[in-house]
Amino acid sequence: MAAVLVFLDNPGATLNKSERELLSLAASLGEVSAALASEAGTPYLDGVGSYGVKACYVPEDPDLGTYLVAGKAAFLAEAVRLLGAQVVLLGNSYEEKEIAARAGVRLAAGVITDVVALDPDGTATKSDFAGSYTVKCRVTTDTAVLTVKPNSFEAAEVGPAAGPRTISVGTALPAAAARITGRVDKPASGRPELTEARVIVAGGRGVEGNFAPLEELADALGGAVGASRAATDAGWIEHSAQIGQTGKTVSPQLYISAGISGAVQQKAGMQTAKVIVAVNKDADSPVFDIADFGIVGDLFTVLPQATEEIRKRRV
Amino acid sequence: MDEAPATGLNIAVLVKHVPDAQFDRHIGGEHNTTQRSESILSELDEYALEAALQLVEGLGGDSAGHRITAVTMGPPAAVSAVKKALQIGAHQGVHLTDDALLGSDASATSLALSALLTHLGGFDLVLTGMASTDGETSLVPAQLAERLQLPQVTFAASLEVAGGPGGWTLTARRDGDTYSETLESSLPAIVSVTDQINEPRYPNFKGIMAAKKKPLDTLALGDIGVSADQVGLAGSWTLVQDAQPRPPRSQGTVITDEGDAGIRLVDFLAGHKLL
Ligand SMILES: Cc1cc2nc3c(=O)[nH]c(=O)nc-3n(C[C@H](O)[C@H](O)[C@H](O)COP(=O)(O)OP(=O)(O)OC[C@H]3O[C@@H](n4cnc5c(N)ncnc54)[C@H](O)[C@@H]3O)c2cc1C
Ligand SMILES: Nc1ncnc2c1ncn2[C@@H]1O[C@H](COP(=O)(O)O)[C@@H](O)[C@H]1O
Repeated sequence: MAAVLVFLDNPGATLNKSERELLSLAASLGEVSAALASEAGTPYLDGVGSYGVKACYVPEDPDLGTYLVAGKAAFLAEAVRLLGAQVVLLGNSYEEKEIAARAGVRLAAGVITDVVALDPDGTATKSDFAGSYTVKCRVTTDTAVLTVKPNSFEAAEVGPAAGPRTISVGTALPAAAARITGRVDKPASGRPELTEARVIVAGGRGVEGNFAPLEELADALGGAVGASRAATDAGWIEHSAQIGQTGKTVSPQLYISAGISGAVQQKAGMQTAKVIVAVNKDADSPVFDIADFGIVGDLFTVLPQATEEIRKRRV
Repeated sequence: MDEAPATGLNIAVLVKHVPDAQFDRHIGGEHNTTQRSESILSELDEYALEAALQLVEGLGGDSAGHRITAVTMGPPAAVSAVKKALQIGAHQGVHLTDDALLGSDASATSLALSALLTHLGGFDLVLTGMASTDGETSLVPAQLAERLQLPQVTFAASLEVAGGPGGWTLTARRDGDTYSETLESSLPAIVSVTDQINEPRYPNFKGIMAAKKKPLDTLALGDIGVSADQVGLAGSWTLVQDAQPRPPRSQGTVITDEGDAGIRLVDFLAGHKLL
């Protein structure tokens, strides 16, 4: 059976959805161990254990995370060596891709990012050119390092929890590394993570600074709020809400686009959504080319009416 | 202010020649490689070049001895990315081109670029875009840092470089989902920048004329001590087996609001079990 190592970058209180997806995928591939970038509490470790993980590698140095990427990559590469892992799975954030990149060089192992499907023979599927191509590729080295897109694999239900044993890994810190010297937390919105959300309501320049109707619709649908770059550049909403080529890539069940024209860079981040709904005043807007349901209309009347209708049907 | 180091900043900007996203882009041929007609300087690398130009301008300008070298690796046509960078304001250009490079993945690309940067020597700062607009992996900058054993400062949304008696130091901001970080590093370093960092300038007539006289070197693998089997399809650690254009999303229903579009939207969602 293949030895599979799952890298968990930011252990929280309990496992989140994408972590559960990663562990489930790993369990389907072979014997799973985990590498935790920092110490985790008992509920988290029990969660990891419930996926059949018997060993967790943890860094000896608690300051590893203060060296941007380099320290974690060195730790991961060492854990891979100790385990003799053939498959290494990570999440798909910028930071995790970079950790994969550097660990790949250290291990002389091929790296594939943005994986959405994986065949038993190791063939990975991803999309390219802003979702306009489906590419099948494979790592040709003994160890494969894969970063996996959220929402691509089922998070399987698992058996009873059993805390895995932890193995401490000493890591030689890189001679020259940038240090993280300050950190400011941003206020949390209380809505689901964009990359994990089943429903996203996204607004663009047409929102004219007023995201309230989008937030209300998103809340009625239990969804997250996203935006085009025009909206984030204008400062109407956090930059972290940007969807597209230089923002987030999302694949929700439902993407409601409001006041967004549908430029190629915006489409790059959302055209793999299952169902796309577009609301735009301009009937010639390119967003209608990719919408399953398009409404030529004013978002300020259409969205509140839809929100009200949803609430009515719920009672 | 601290006294600046005696010599100017020696900056390399990595620029990639990529298919223009405004046209249909294709992967094909015997080895499923990117088809490079209708290609341009990657838009995201323009932010790296602009960051270099602003650093130089903020540190006393060209007369202070700073130097910006635009560097690309790619087929013969990729030289146009370097030429564009020279028109925008880079001082000199280098183009690494060799038939053996065809089909290089991120690991092979980072190997060739690291050998090239070592061969050219003496850079204080290597600036790159946040991702190439074709590969979109963002692997290359991190792999360069690992291969060259240099500090990595990636996805910088702001960047400052200051000179002191001990040499140059760098401060950057990196924005995460739930936090914003400050990064500090000594130079030399590898830095990738996001599209939030600045507003890239366009080449003007004067720049276009001046570019014609700027030095532009072309190098092959033999010049930088890399053998053909270390790069390209032979040296890559991943293999593309198949690439198929995704059928375009078929257009669905488009209605015009006649006062009840919100309700019809909810009907549509209910019909698709999305409520
Ligand atoms: C390097 C680079 C990277 C980029 N990355 C991204 C990215 O990641 N994500 C991204 O989104 N963009 C990105 N862009 C920008 C992209 O090219 C577009 O400029 C941007 O997506 C436009 O945003 P928009 O659709 O909100 O604005 P616009 O194109 O101005 O469209 C606004 C739309 O709102 C409609 N509208 C106005 N009022 C109403 C109303 N009351 N009701 C209904 N509709 C209304 C209008 O008809 C119009 O279609 C990038 C660009 C570059 C160069
Ligand atoms: N062939 C290349 N030539 C020059 N620069 C490159 C090349 N490939 C990647 N880069 C640089 O690395 C950055 C990230 O690319 P990537 O890792 O491919 O997403 C780009 O924005 C460029 O600055």
